[in-house]
Amino acid sequence: MKRIVCEACGHSNAEGTVLCQSCGKPIEKNQHIDGNEKTKLLNMRYDGSARRSQTYNKSFVDKIWNFFSSVKVGVWLIVLTLLASALGTIFPQEMYIPQDVQPLDHYREQYGIAGQIYYQLGLHNLYSSWWYMILIALIGISIVVASIDRVVPLYKALKMQKPKRHETFLKRQRLFSQTNQPSLNDKEKFLERLKSKRYKLTEEDGHILAEKGRFTRWGPYVNHLGLIIFLIGALLRFVPFMYIDEFVWVREGETLPIKGTEREYYIENNDFIFETYDEEEDRKFAEALQNQSAPVASNYQTDAVIYRNHEAELVGAEPDLEKVKEGSIRVNHPLKIDGFSLYQSSYQSEFSTMSFYIHETDDKDEQELANFTVDLSNPVNHYELDNGFEVELVRYMPDYYLDDGEPKSKTDYPNNPAFVFAVYPPDASEPEYSFAGIGRNIDATGENDYKIALNGFDVQYVTGLAVKRDYTLPILMIGGLIFMIGVVQGLYWQHRRIWIHPKGNELWVAAHTNKNWYGLKREIDTLMEDTSLIRVVDQQEQK
Amino acid sequence: MGKIEEANNKKQKKKRKRLLFRSILLAIMFGALLFAVISSLSGDSKQVEVGDQAPNFQLKQVNGENGGQAVTFEQFKGKGIMLNFWATWCPPCEAEMPYMQSLYPEYKEKGVEILAVSSDDTEKVIHDFIDKHDLTFPVLHDKKEEVFNQYGVLSYPTSLFINPEGEVVEIVEGPLTLERLEEYFQQIVPENG
Repeated sequence: MKRIVCEACGHSNAEGTVLCQSCGKPIEKNQHIDGNEKTKLLNMRYDGSARRSQTYNKSFVDKIWNFFSSVKVGVWLIVLTLLASALGTIFPQEMYIPQDVQPLDHYREQYGIAGQIYYQLGLHNLYSSWWYMILIALIGISIVVASIDRVVPLYKALKMQKPKRHETFLKRQRLFSQTNQPSLNDKEKFLERLKSKRYKLTEEDGHILAEKGRFTRWGPYVNHLGLIIFLIGALLRFVPFMYIDEFVWVREGETLPIKGTEREYYIENNDFIFETYDEEEDRKFAEALQNQSAPVASNYQTDAVIYRNHEAELVGAEPDLEKVKEGSIRVNHPLKIDGFSLYQSSYQSEFSTMSFYIHETDDKDEQELANFTVDLSNPVNHYELDNGFEVELVRYMPDYYLDDGEPKSKTDYPNNPAFVFAVYPPDASEPEYSFAGIGRNIDATGENDYKIALNGFDVQYVTGLAVKRDYTLPILMIGGLIFMIGVVQGLYWQHRRIWIHPKGNELWVAAHTNKNWYGLKREIDTLMEDTSLIRVVDQQEQK
Repeated sequence: MGKIEEANNKKQKKKRKRLLFRSILLAIMFGALLFAVISSLSGDSKQVEVGDQAPNFQLKQVNGENGGQAVTFEQFKGKGIMLNFWATWCPPCEAEMPYMQSLYPEYKEKGVEILAVSSDDTEKVIHDFIDKHDLTFPVLHDKKEEVFNQYGVLSYPTSLFINPEGEVVEIVEGPLTLERLEEYFQQIVPENG
């Protein structure tokens, strides 16, 4: 690697340097890099330091490195990701379509041939697709490499800058002035005022650099660091230990293993409470409630007990449970155990028991001769009733439907229970068959002497709980915080430099800032007030 | 001369250091990328896959000589095992049951066992189903769907064919035809059976 020795000050600069790190003199053969050849003003990007990616290509690793260092590549990656993200919003993602249908059928029926193509291209799960993840990761790599390639030279350039600058450098700054025969007093006054404005002054042979707010130059890199930490946090969600997101349905009275805990914890649903606002009790809402046709829910709550299982090894075996926690789970008030949080997410109601009575078919008053109750969570086959009746449960369909004339069950949830009963009257040995369900009561032969009628039913709630463990949240929060610190650091301050350069009988003043040129010019104007110093001129405005 | 050499040495060292730094950083970042892609593609890592040892479990057997008792998977070790995950309300499960029953007596002789694990909520509906289809192979009841989760079963029916050494040879999602069922059985018949 060759070094470039500055003709003016003798400083040894890295290959690819545009402006001498020490005195700022433009290095002639590199002016094309920042496009300085034809302009009056110097491009002050990264203070004219050497960004190595633009200067040489050597080994394979260097080539990859330089590829990712390019801002152009970074911008293209971002544009591609934006386009891909937009593609994912054309039709709903798979997680938002109904659960109980085949995804392919759903996309085809809802959106026609476009929907089918959308599904077959895998766009229904775009945001978790491998290529989308690669795009995001490549952006991450580009951010890391490009940041390192820029922050290091910029840091070095700002660290090595000397107060004494080359005349060309000063003349080609945007804010510049020359004062002939300035009074010494006026110069001192200006310097004192700079100090009072908290400029840091350094001197070399009577040449002075006044600088403040250099730290704001690191804002973008702090911001990138936060972004990278955020991406790492998101990446860690693929580690099962770090991130668990499951769902359990638990009936009232039921004890079930909590998914995601490897059978270590069990939950018992003691009671599910569903409450609505009442116009009488909640008077302040009365008006709003009157505008609603249906009751408005005020509380969904599961009263739960958490157990630890000491016999978690053998799956399916009877658990050995020890009660460890008891509490209620309400919306936004999860129950926490060992890093897991149980959130109230959903509920359903289902039939828990159904009761029937027997009467004579001819009896218009349908007088009850005997009754019995079927427990739907564990139906018993045989029922001995009053007055010598006996009933046999022949078939049970929890979720009854007719499939080509054959009674079947759609699911194993008791949504629409139906039964086939064999009724043994006290005086007969042959049973009579009846089909009974909600709104259905069919006599198999049409010759039955006794009829079974629905007496009533009980309903129970099934609570739906989201099981979450997210150790990536602190990482995401730290990343987000650092990101915001970087934004504030880069946005709310300015890096201002003022060079004061005696030249024979003249005093030159040049100034540079990374933003808000008007502010800097006005500041210098105020600081030069009632002195004979010539105000700086914005050389860009003159054009 | 000495000075130039020294400077050259320094340069070389710096260059090597930079190359090392860049290589390590790129390797870490591409490693993380690879990890993320592989993790997302393999999905649930707990799922039993072809080539894995079938994990043990314990469930209540509903029918047959062990009816009402808890049986473990290991009890059937040494036999070729078809592990069938099903439910009474699932029509394709019902469609393949007669094929399983028709081959069962012959292959039981040869050392193949069928374990049909139902996820139904109540035992009553399973009994109804067994009576309807005259099933004689062991039917196990996984009311809490623990074994379904353990084996990562996502669709009904799912059948695993496990050789006498306990290794999963084949996983089939969806119903089987009689011919295919017999092919799979032949893959797991014990050699000396």
